[in-house]
Amino acid sequence: MKKALGVDIGSRFIKAVLLEGGEFSVFRSLDTSFDPLERCKRLLEEMSAETVIATGYGRHLLEVHTDIRTITEIKAFARGARAMFPSCRTIIDIGGQDTKVISLNDEGIVKKFEMNDRCAAGTGKFVEIMAKALGYSLEDFGHVSPEGQAELQINSMCTVFAESEVISLITKGVGREEIALALHRSVANRVVSMVRRVALEEDVVFAGGCAKNNLLRSLLESGTGKTIKVAENPEITGALGAALYALEK
Amino acid sequence: MSGKDYTKMWEGLGLNLENHAGLLGALSKAYTDIYLAQKNRPKAMEYFDFVISEVHGLRIEEIVNAKESGRKVVGTFCVYVPEEIVLAADGVCIGLCAGAEVGSDEAEKFIPRNTCALIKAFMGFKLSRLCPYVESADLIVGETTCDGKKKAYESFNDITGKVYVMEIPHMKNAEDRKLWLSEVKRFKDKMEALSGKKISLEGLKKTAAVVNAKRKALQRLSKLRAADPAPISGLDALLVNQVSFYDDPQRFTEMTNKLCDELQERVSNGTGVAVKGAPRILISGSPMAIPNWKLHAIIEGSGAVAVGEESCIGERNHRDLLDENFSNVHEAMEKLASRYLGIDCACFTPNTERLDNIKALTKSLHADGVIHYSLQFCTPYMMEAYKAEKAVTEVPFMRIETDYSMEDFGQLKVRVEAFIEMLK
Ligand code: SF4
Ligand code: SF4
Repeated sequence: MKKALGVDIGSRFIKAVLLEGGEFSVFRSLDTSFDPLERCKRLLEEMSAETVIATGYGRHLLEVHTDIRTITEIKAFARGARAMFPSCRTIIDIGGQDTKVISLNDEGIVKKFEMNDRCAAGTGKFVEIMAKALGYSLEDFGHVSPEGQAELQINSMCTVFAESEVISLITKGVGREEIALALHRSVANRVVSMVRRVALEEDVVFAGGCAKNNLLRSLLESGTGKTIKVAENPEITGALGAALYALEK
Repeated sequence: MSGKDYTKMWEGLGLNLENHAGLLGALSKAYTDIYLAQKNRPKAMEYFDFVISEVHGLRIEEIVNAKESGRKVVGTFCVYVPEEIVLAADGVCIGLCAGAEVGSDEAEKFIPRNTCALIKAFMGFKLSRLCPYVESADLIVGETTCDGKKKAYESFNDITGKVYVMEIPHMKNAEDRKLWLSEVKRFKDKMEALSGKKISLEGLKKTAAVVNAKRKALQRLSKLRAADPAPISGLDALLVNQVSFYDDPQRFTEMTNKLCDELQERVSNGTGVAVKGAPRILISGSPMAIPNWKLHAIIEGSGAVAVGEESCIGERNHRDLLDENFSNVHEAMEKLASRYLGIDCACFTPNTERLDNIKALTKSLHADGVIHYSLQFCTPYMMEAYKAEKAVTEVPFMRIETDYSMEDFGQLKVRVEAFIEMLK
């Protein structure tokens, strides 16, 4: 049975999906760490796949050091999301360093995409830093209730300024939940306007690790007015897409 | 970079020798990594390699010698400044480049942080005394194009005392044409006063032919890039366009035509720099001055070919010839004014010609996609990008905003690669 591997080398985690005979077999996730190449090499040995495709921010690492082919995370996400939701037309991914919105035609081909440029505003990194500033674990951060709180605004989208804004709100005695909600809202608003720029067509799929954050999901739903689909393990999307391409090789 | 020791000359021009050595070192390294590492380069690019290796050497020596023989050196920052007039007054015309992030700290003492990289760089180069072209210029011609440049020239003049500003209208109505014609004449008077030489009909005829010949050579190069496989990389073609701004015009024309002969042969043989069918990209937008090779390097490092630059360092500079059919100096001024006012810079409103030109180029160069490039904080081009996006309907289009720094290299690469994946 043919073994095909997809590796998604993100800024925070390395995710790998192994397909055996076309069927989902293994999913692994490792910290990217300071030596991602070493981690990837071990992963490759362990999985011993016949064909491999790498994607994600660190994909060229493998291309340079081995002869492994690469595709961008845009292409990988498109394929992975379609595999999970065959009628998907819009993909939202709030990644570690960049947030992207991808629009597909009805055959699943990428029509258009947008990425935030350069700064961390509205990315997974922003969410992570803010969770830390408020003393939440990343898991709990997304479980704040969206209801029953005042319309607090975080004005700054810059990670550094937003952090100091948060700190000054804390010292003013504003509740932690309230601040957390406002932060999520600021990220969601930014993403929603990106979605609108690209195209808002259903099904809308929220992929990538941040999709586990329920609060973000519901804010995105109210912002777009659409139901947003999330897979059981949304963090595998990119690796799965890469693995599906590897299968074809 | 070169064999000969030019230290004395640089010292004489007042350069900061230590920083200058650093700059040349960095330039040489970038050139080796980006240019010399390319495969299948045309043989005739050797001349341009040589020009780059002597960019602050031999060419400066020529300019210094020209100055000693009584000729005036004029630096310009915009393709609206009529080169023919400078040459007709026996001047040397240099398009100043400012394509590297240099001296931003110094520049930010005069201009705000969020100024476009090009303006920051020309201030930075001057303030850190790194550009022998600026230092050897007798006159620096500015123009009222974008607000950033307009205001920066005021400070630039405070620092150098050599700036002369041409007023460029922002529309193309009858009154604007009148204003521009009078500005062209005023520039002629200025050049005569500066050089102490009268600009004659004969002189204008001669220089019109010289500059047109240069444009024709560049047009030829541009047309050859329409072939598939592309006979020359976008990087190399960009370089030729960049060099056209400061090389001796006649020699440049000769060498560019030589390059085109070789490319012609490649086209006939069906050989090129990339495989046949490789994705072809038209770049449109803000100018890319030497050594700004960033976007081309990313595109071509990702398996596509840049087949054209709808830009001032590219099409906007050479697309239109000057009508040489004039029989007195006044008529020549009229022809010059109308040729230059035909340029479709985003500083004008409306500027629909540019959209038509982008569409036409996409077609004639058989581009599979268009990447619109704006320097960050360049409002005119950033704004027009949205119109261009709507105008280009036949092929995919992507907007990019960036500057000279390498900070966003990774992100840009993802975007460009994903764009190329869409074209396949
Ligand atoms: S973009 Fe406009 S202002 Fe800039 S060099 Fe070109 S014509 Fe001049
Ligand atoms: S790139 Fe744009 S902002 Fe910069 S000088 Fe040219 S027109 Fe002005």
